[in-house]
Amino acid sequence: MAAPEIDIKYVAHLARLHLTPDEEKKLGEQLGGILGYIEKLKELDVTGVEPTAHAVPMVNVTRADEIRASLPHDDALRNAPAKANGLFMVPKIVE
Amino acid sequence: MLNQLTISDLATKLARREVSAREAMQSCLDQIARVDGKIHAFISHDAPDALVQAEAADKLLAQNIRDPSRPLLGVPIAVKDVLAVKGQPLNCGSKILGKFISPYDATTVEKLKAAGAIVFGRLNMDEFAMGSSTENSAFGITRNPWDTTRIPGGSSGGSAAAVAADECLAALGTDTGGSIRQPAALCGCVGLKPTYGRVSRYGLVAFASSLDQIGTFTKDVRDAATMLGVIAGHDPRDSTSVPQLVPDYSAGLTGNVTGLKLGLPKEYLIGGLDAEVKAAVDAAVKQFEKFGAEIVEISLPHTDYAIATYYIVATAEASANLARFDGIRYGARVEGHDPVELYSKTRGAGFGAEVKRRIILGTYVLSSGYYDAYYLRAQKVRTLIRNDFLKAFEKVDAIVTPTSPTAAFKIGEKSDDPLQMYLSDIFTISCNLAGICGISVPCGFTQNPKLPIGLQLLGKPFGEETLLKIAHAYEMNTTWHIQKPVI
Repeated sequence: MAAPEIDIKYVAHLARLHLTPDEEKKLGEQLGGILGYIEKLKELDVTGVEPTAHAVPMVNVTRADEIRASLPHDDALRNAPAKANGLFMVPKIVE
Repeated sequence: MLNQLTISDLATKLARREVSAREAMQSCLDQIARVDGKIHAFISHDAPDALVQAEAADKLLAQNIRDPSRPLLGVPIAVKDVLAVKGQPLNCGSKILGKFISPYDATTVEKLKAAGAIVFGRLNMDEFAMGSSTENSAFGITRNPWDTTRIPGGSSGGSAAAVAADECLAALGTDTGGSIRQPAALCGCVGLKPTYGRVSRYGLVAFASSLDQIGTFTKDVRDAATMLGVIAGHDPRDSTSVPQLVPDYSAGLTGNVTGLKLGLPKEYLIGGLDAEVKAAVDAAVKQFEKFGAEIVEISLPHTDYAIATYYIVATAEASANLARFDGIRYGARVEGHDPVELYSKTRGAGFGAEVKRRIILGTYVLSSGYYDAYYLRAQKVRTLIRNDFLKAFEKVDAIVTPTSPTAAFKIGEKSDDPLQMYLSDIFTISCNLAGICGISVPCGFTQNPKLPIGLQLLGKPFGEETLLKIAHAYEMNTTWHIQKPVI
């Protein structure tokens, strides 16, 4: 079965992943092959089959609603690439 | 040489005070100094810290109290670079985490420490556990101790190579589609992937959350039972860990497999199966018959769809999980004029080729217009694959297969052909989709060159006790696992 066309630029934008023109070309070729292989799932009739999201499903797992210690502020910031005034620093979002 | 011992042998010597934990640790450090230049199993290791831990263990050993809660007291154990160890670097074999230092211990690491282990070193891996050869690490490739022109398998290649090369007594790794069992097979050690939910994933950097499971690399099956007994169990910090009692796995190693039924899936006799691998597995099956096990032919009819299913489910989950690496809260950052540019540039510079490939594929199969055709369909096929196994386990106690269709391949042989690399996971991948447990044990060698071959046993959900019993019975009657590579 033919693999569908994949718009690498668009998908890379969705993934917030900058690719060089060379990477776009190479990935496009490789993904064409991989998607062609994946097409084989269409051979199967899955009518009425329930999807499996987890092999060992656990539902409504909650913990007791109690106050407990969390990661200390300084520890949470320690690995930040940029920080100021006890906060993560990011580029300007609102003009 | 103390570094060559199994956990059980070292623990006995330590308890008798014949040797010290410091000597055992030093012996591993000496071996690393001697061979790791050739193997490169470790990304880094903190020798002074390891020796401090060893001395602390020696103090406890000197008190001469037999403490059953510390079965690993003084045992040097190394960790894959995807698990958090407080105060140590955590890179996942990637550039994108920069100089990240873990602020806390993963639950498995916490448990190893509580059991007395000396937890040291960062073991190399395919970036974010994506790969089957450990060629995708930003920290360089790891080589197979049996033949340094060959790959050790992956993604936990560093863990497998370190145990096979006696650089540590045991190691932790992770298995999302075979990343423990396949490298264990190719390096000639014992690799155990527990049932999904058996071991807490807290402190494990997620690749594919519905498939990832932490497991062990050891020199024999008894050590695997000891290690699993330590790391298994429910953890409120991982909502997918299952509140089920942890049996005494070591006590289950009776050597008796009489009357147990082992299934041989007819779909696993594929074209690409190497003749020497097939012969070794056939011989192992004959031995099981001799020990009194019954061999039953079974069918797993959806085997042929497992790889396609896996590469949809795993990449979809990975594309979501890896969204967190955006240069804001941790890791390396490439500046941009606005947040979107910052994210894109950071991720473009920080991720390697295989990770980019899988993020793009995963984003694509989840994107509007394709979700039903790919992701939802794959989840339905996953149900069919899981049902195949549950049906088979109504008839048999475990399933026997090769771990990998071939022995270790050459470095570079498959690195330019991602699809060929993916296809090498054919025997290991279904286990993760079905959420069952699996183990790889050494079952022979190829002739020329001499490379290890692995036998895979797959067990029922939470059936590790039976799985270990069967693997142990085989090991008791064979010597493959005690053979050592010449490095």
